[in-house]
Amino acid sequence: MSDGEGQQHPIAIYLWIWVLLFVLSAFSYMVDIAGFQGMLRWSLILLFMFLKAGIIIAVFMHMQWERLSLATAILGPPIVLLVFIGLMAVEGTYTEDLREYFFSPPEVKFSTPHH
Amino acid sequence: MSESTASSPDELKEGAAGFTQDWSSDKQTFHAPWGKAMMWFFLLSDTFIFSCFLIAYMKVRITTTVPWPNPSEVFALEAFGYPVPLLLIAIMTFILITSSGTMAMAVNYGYRKNRKVVVWLMTITALLGLSFLGMQAFEWSKLISEGIRPWGNPFGASQFGSCFFMITGFHGLHVTGGVIYLLVIIMRVRRGDYDRSGNYEQVEIVGLYWHFVDLVWVFIFAFFYLW
Repeated sequence: MSDGEGQQHPIAIYLWIWVLLFVLSAFSYMVDIAGFQGMLRWSLILLFMFLKAGIIIAVFMHMQWERLSLATAILGPPIVLLVFIGLMAVEGTYTEDLREYFFSPPEVKFSTPHH
Repeated sequence: MSESTASSPDELKEGAAGFTQDWSSDKQTFHAPWGKAMMWFFLLSDTFIFSCFLIAYMKVRITTTVPWPNPSEVFALEAFGYPVPLLLIAIMTFILITSSGTMAMAVNYGYRKNRKVVVWLMTITALLGLSFLGMQAFEWSKLISEGIRPWGNPFGASQFGSCFFMITGFHGLHVTGGVIYLLVIIMRVRRGDYDRSGNYEQVEIVGLYWHFVDLVWVFIFAFFYLW
């Protein structure tokens, strides 16, 4: 730091964040125990994941106290990963459709009305 | 210091001298210690590596026509006579979070120049990291004994094994590196290096790395074990 003092915050903040991470982890574990399926399961997993990741970065890694120039330089670039994920998801379903077609038994693949 | 040797500060030099001049001109973007900024950039690049692994995993899981093994059953452990889903994984998650907590407090005590407490908290952090690795070794040997291989397994899609060993193995490698890194910094704190320099920012930098290892586990836990 330019002031030479570094990051100084009350210990209580870290203990509270610690408890919060425990609770959020327990919640995401409960998603599996409760046996939620489908959209409910996926959205809950993502919600708890982003909350945990967010508070680790913001508090434990001190990002919320850093200057905006550093925060944007670090947190900005990963946004392009969303494009990558989107592209691979679209391409993946296409590949799966092809495999469903070509790997399926001939009677399914070539079934015609006059058979 | 060296201003007397420069003929004119505005004059643009050519070649190597010009290269040095361009990069050493008195401009600074990040008002943070360079070590901390560089650790952040390293972690940014590491984010992309782990993302590539997780995206590759997403891709093979979407494209395979064979059902994906149910992680809830594959990673279940027998406890009190019942199979408890993801028991070991849950314990590993709590251990890593706890180690992140002790690391965050070590950083805090570092800036208060409390050497003894820093050494204690960092040692606890390293021990928790080691116990995490021990559990991971246990998990790996259990799965290997059940017949899970990078090229196939008895539970379903054959890509399950390669994704599992690649992703958790690379994360385990980071934990291993982190424990070694922690031990080096603990030794320097004990020796009083940072009391002499009056600057404990190295503790914060190793802390950033350690929190990142925890951060990656959050994503692995969500996408590989829970999804």
